[in-house]
Amino acid sequence: MAKFICPNCEYVYDEDLGAPREGWPAGTRFADIDPDWCCPDCGVREQQDFEPLTADV
Amino acid sequence: MATTSVTGGIQTPAVEWRDGKRYAWILGAVIPFIPFLAWGLVEWTGLDLFWYFGPVFVFGIIPLLDLALGLDRNNPPDEVIEALEQDRYYRWVTYAFIPAQYLCIGWSFWMMTQPGIDLADQIGIAISLGMVAGIAINTAHELGHKKEEHERWYARIALAQTFYGHFYIEHNRGHHVRVATPEDPASSKVGENIYQFLPRTMWGSLKSAWELESKRFARLGKSKYTFKNDLINAWAMSVVLWGAVLAFAGPQIGFGRTLLLLAIQGFLGIWLLESVNYLEHYGMKRQKLESGRYERVNPSHSWNSNNIGTNILLYHLQRHSDHHANPTRRYQTLRDFKESPVLPTGYAGMIVLTWVPAVWRAVMDPKVYAHFDGDMTRANILPRKRDKILAKYPAPAGTEQAA
Repeated sequence: MAKFICPNCEYVYDEDLGAPREGWPAGTRFADIDPDWCCPDCGVREQQDFEPLTADV
Repeated sequence: MATTSVTGGIQTPAVEWRDGKRYAWILGAVIPFIPFLAWGLVEWTGLDLFWYFGPVFVFGIIPLLDLALGLDRNNPPDEVIEALEQDRYYRWVTYAFIPAQYLCIGWSFWMMTQPGIDLADQIGIAISLGMVAGIAINTAHELGHKKEEHERWYARIALAQTFYGHFYIEHNRGHHVRVATPEDPASSKVGENIYQFLPRTMWGSLKSAWELESKRFARLGKSKYTFKNDLINAWAMSVVLWGAVLAFAGPQIGFGRTLLLLAIQGFLGIWLLESVNYLEHYGMKRQKLESGRYERVNPSHSWNSNNIGTNILLYHLQRHSDHHANPTRRYQTLRDFKESPVLPTGYAGMIVLTWVPAVWRAVMDPKVYAHFDGDMTRANILPRKRDKILAKYPAPAGTEQAA
């Protein structure tokens, strides 16, 4: 499954882990998340601004 | 000063930069000692009036310090930002505020129960304590933005004094998202005075915070009436703190009076914080893009100040543009941007101007007008005063004014 990164603060959304505290259980596809869901760390970028994380870190 | 050193054949850029404010930041944790200072002055002079020293310090001494000490435009160079961010000393400085804050609350209410302290003295102590409460919200603000879970808890502990725990949610997930738009309850509009702004932001922020947490629990498919709700656990801390104060002071000076004194200090703290909100984004507006979204927050959307006095005591809060661009960045690394709009003096002095709306508007409306290059239609204006304000600040000749 894929990972997506907040271009502002480098928070990473990992589809395997989801973001349960935010209401996205493990396995939630990034595409199924509300486009206006904002980054839980910085709050100034939204789902639609996130970038796919290609290289594994 | 950047130098290049050669070690073992590998060129590594070494940057020599010292944080001139490093040890000054500790002064932020001295703020909770304002009521002790008031007590010292009462003892020394024999004048009970000095119980009211808190506001004199915040609105008299700090603005004078700003005038005397001047500006500090020093920015850490990019090369040291990462190391500066990781330096744990700076975190401990902010953590130190909280025990000092709680010591101050306990001591203040103990003092209120002492013989010879009458109602006027008690109100003076509560007012001085209210200044601490407001600056505690600033400490909570710094901590609440951080990625570390324990710092987010510390933020709520610091907010318990004012019953303003919902600030932690609303500020990060509401205000930062909608800043400088008419939809944000915590962004003030041209023509709106502090007395109109205060109820709008207090009610609007509470409502928005509740909606944000409700939405989160709806997604989880769980009831929002739980201690996992960040509003409920934050408010519970206030219930415990206020309850402890009532249990201690109530039997000695009366429960009604204790509650009144708690309310005075809490309200003053909220008012101080919301006054800062008022002046941070006055008139600022992000333009709507064709996609229907607002343009991204940039340095031009917040009022800044480099006055070193207030900046030290408020952990660089006045470098507000960088804060809105990079909300998780720690205070010691916040930078000054040349393109940011600048207030005539520090936040403390500017609050004094808000008390007389005519003075505030005489100073600030022309600054907003200049900031938008003479096109007031781009400002965030109070709708019912829009025509009047646009008539006073017309668009430059040769341009069509949008309705």
